[in-house]
Amino acid sequence: MRPAPGGSPRHRVFVWLVALAVLHALVVFAGVISPYAPEEQDRDHAYAPPTRIHWIDSRGGFHPRPFIRPWLSLEGGLGEFAEDPAQQIPLRFLVAGAPYRLLGVIPCRLHLFATEGARISLLGTDGYGRDQFSRLLYGGQISLLAGWLAAALALLGGTIIGTAAGFLGGWADDALMRVAELFLALPWLYLLFALRAFLPLAVSPLQAFFLVVGVIGAVGWARPARLVRGVVLSAKERDFVRAARGFGASEGYLLRRHVLPETASVLLTQAAILVPQYILAEVTLSFLGLGVPEPAPSWGNLLASLQQYSVLASYWWMCLPAVIMVPFFLGYLGLASALQAWTGPVKIAGGGSGSAE
Amino acid sequence: MRYLLRRALHALLLLFGVSLLTFMFAAMAPGNYLDEMRLNPQIAPETISALRAQYGMDRPFPVRYLRWLGSVLRGEWGFSFAYNRPVASLLVVRARNTLLLAATATALAWLLALPLGVWSAERAGHWPDRLVSAGSAALLVIPELVLALGLLILAVRSGWFPAGGLESLGSGSLSAGRKIADLARHLTLPVAALVLSSIPLLIRHVRAAVAEVLGSGFLWAAEAHGISRRRLLWRHALPAAANPLISLFGFSLGGLLSGSLIVEVVMSWPGLGPLLLEAILTRDLYVVIGCVLLSTLFLVGGNLAADLLLYWADPRIRWEGPEP
Repeated sequence: MRPAPGGSPRHRVFVWLVALAVLHALVVFAGVISPYAPEEQDRDHAYAPPTRIHWIDSRGGFHPRPFIRPWLSLEGGLGEFAEDPAQQIPLRFLVAGAPYRLLGVIPCRLHLFATEGARISLLGTDGYGRDQFSRLLYGGQISLLAGWLAAALALLGGTIIGTAAGFLGGWADDALMRVAELFLALPWLYLLFALRAFLPLAVSPLQAFFLVVGVIGAVGWARPARLVRGVVLSAKERDFVRAARGFGASEGYLLRRHVLPETASVLLTQAAILVPQYILAEVTLSFLGLGVPEPAPSWGNLLASLQQYSVLASYWWMCLPAVIMVPFFLGYLGLASALQAWTGPVKIAGGGSGSAE
Repeated sequence: MRYLLRRALHALLLLFGVSLLTFMFAAMAPGNYLDEMRLNPQIAPETISALRAQYGMDRPFPVRYLRWLGSVLRGEWGFSFAYNRPVASLLVVRARNTLLLAATATALAWLLALPLGVWSAERAGHWPDRLVSAGSAALLVIPELVLALGLLILAVRSGWFPAGGLESLGSGSLSAGRKIADLARHLTLPVAALVLSSIPLLIRHVRAAVAEVLGSGFLWAAEAHGISRRRLLWRHALPAAANPLISLFGFSLGGLLSGSLIVEVVMSWPGLGPLLLEAILTRDLYVVIGCVLLSTLFLVGGNLAADLLLYWADPRIRWEGPEP
């Protein structure tokens, strides 16, 4: 067969994985790349536009090291800013700055770039003067982690229930699949909201994070469960399983060594589809105030200020967190379709090709 | 006929199950509407316990569920604490608005997806196919929230469209024609957001379904008979490809309802979405349950309609004899 355009399926998966890894590295190393901690406020420069970087000074001279001019508030108190033409603050790279914890564990002080004397905000500041660039990177940590954990939870729950249903068969299978159908019958976002509604609303950011992860995972188990059940049902009838059973293998051995490895490809593809969906779910919840609350940053609550007309109309840089999500989703979607092309349509008992929706 | 009855019964049981599930979640919830009132020193504890008894909050779970079920059957759908009226009265207006939005968006999305998908399938591998695929992949990647926000910013910056709401101030005094025009202007952006977010998946499936049918022998034979290309595509190929598409129609309805929640909130469209959000924030229990159940009703109803459509359209479903 002619190889697919873009290289063999395995090659394409690899390419998308690398792309995603690069994007995630930006977020994982948020402490290094961002100049400030996400909570640092600067009330004098609330809603300041993005800092402009210059190489050429007022006299036309070229500086190899870029510099910035600090924002000055204009008189009139309307919150407008203009660059201070008198000052030139050079950008310093790889400096030791405020301490943070890399990967949450390792104490570190290295920052990719910093300025002295004035704050540099590449993506502007919000109502409290907090640097949006730093908040974006740290917020990405929370949103991406929430998506990953929720997907892991949903896949784990789905695998357990799907395997139980497929392996046990009979009334257990029927009952579990009926319950799954109930969960699938509800419009997904409504169910998510309803479940979130019934839990305490005013909680600390950490509690809210785990609440959001738990709720999304609790809602999303149904589709993976159905897929896994299909795979288990078909695997049960395969010859090698029957042979192993004939040799006296116990149920547990059959499960571990023969049935569960079959589910791997389905789970992998589902993971690539679910993670972006669940990241978006967390972002939506936080946007509406039901997810991770202030002051912890999340892509959702970075966008929340856009619900005010004044912010929407005047401060264009506040929408940038919305834009940053798109490359990540592109990466995940590309990975998902590459995985589907690689693993191919899976044989599933009970109708339909197994390519996950 | 039996098939249809079975599907209808299935749908009804599904709704019961969903109502029970939602009620169970609600029963497990800590806190209720009265907790806020309890913090208010001006309200006496006796009043609160009287309200508790009146709303039946101190009764055990099965009693509360049965009372609520009775209320649903009576047409009240429970009682809203915040608005102090039966939930149904709130739901009716909001549901109408959400249905308007969802129906318009569904119709427009399919109206666009069918020609684009068929065209794309017909010229598979050539530039129209690639263009449509690239376009729909680009749209697929953009989340609904981002689309809605983007359109809202467009409205605010350009002033071409109203930045939200259902009708302009003073629209009550306009003539019927003007009112419809006003409504259409307000409807444009929310519908655009929903259509743009749902169209990529539709195009992909239409294209796949039609492409599968295009290689069939009966189409070759029809072409040999001299039937024109257009008739071939629309009168012969598309009906054969309709089966998965009708199922998709039911499925896309669910996605559209979920999507409409966020679009309604962002664009201030007075539908079920903002009502649900508000009810969550004020802990108005029966409104939350009512919204969730109503949206499920729409979804299940849509799926049932799709099933009925499929039954009518595809003779293979009607065939209750042995497999051919």
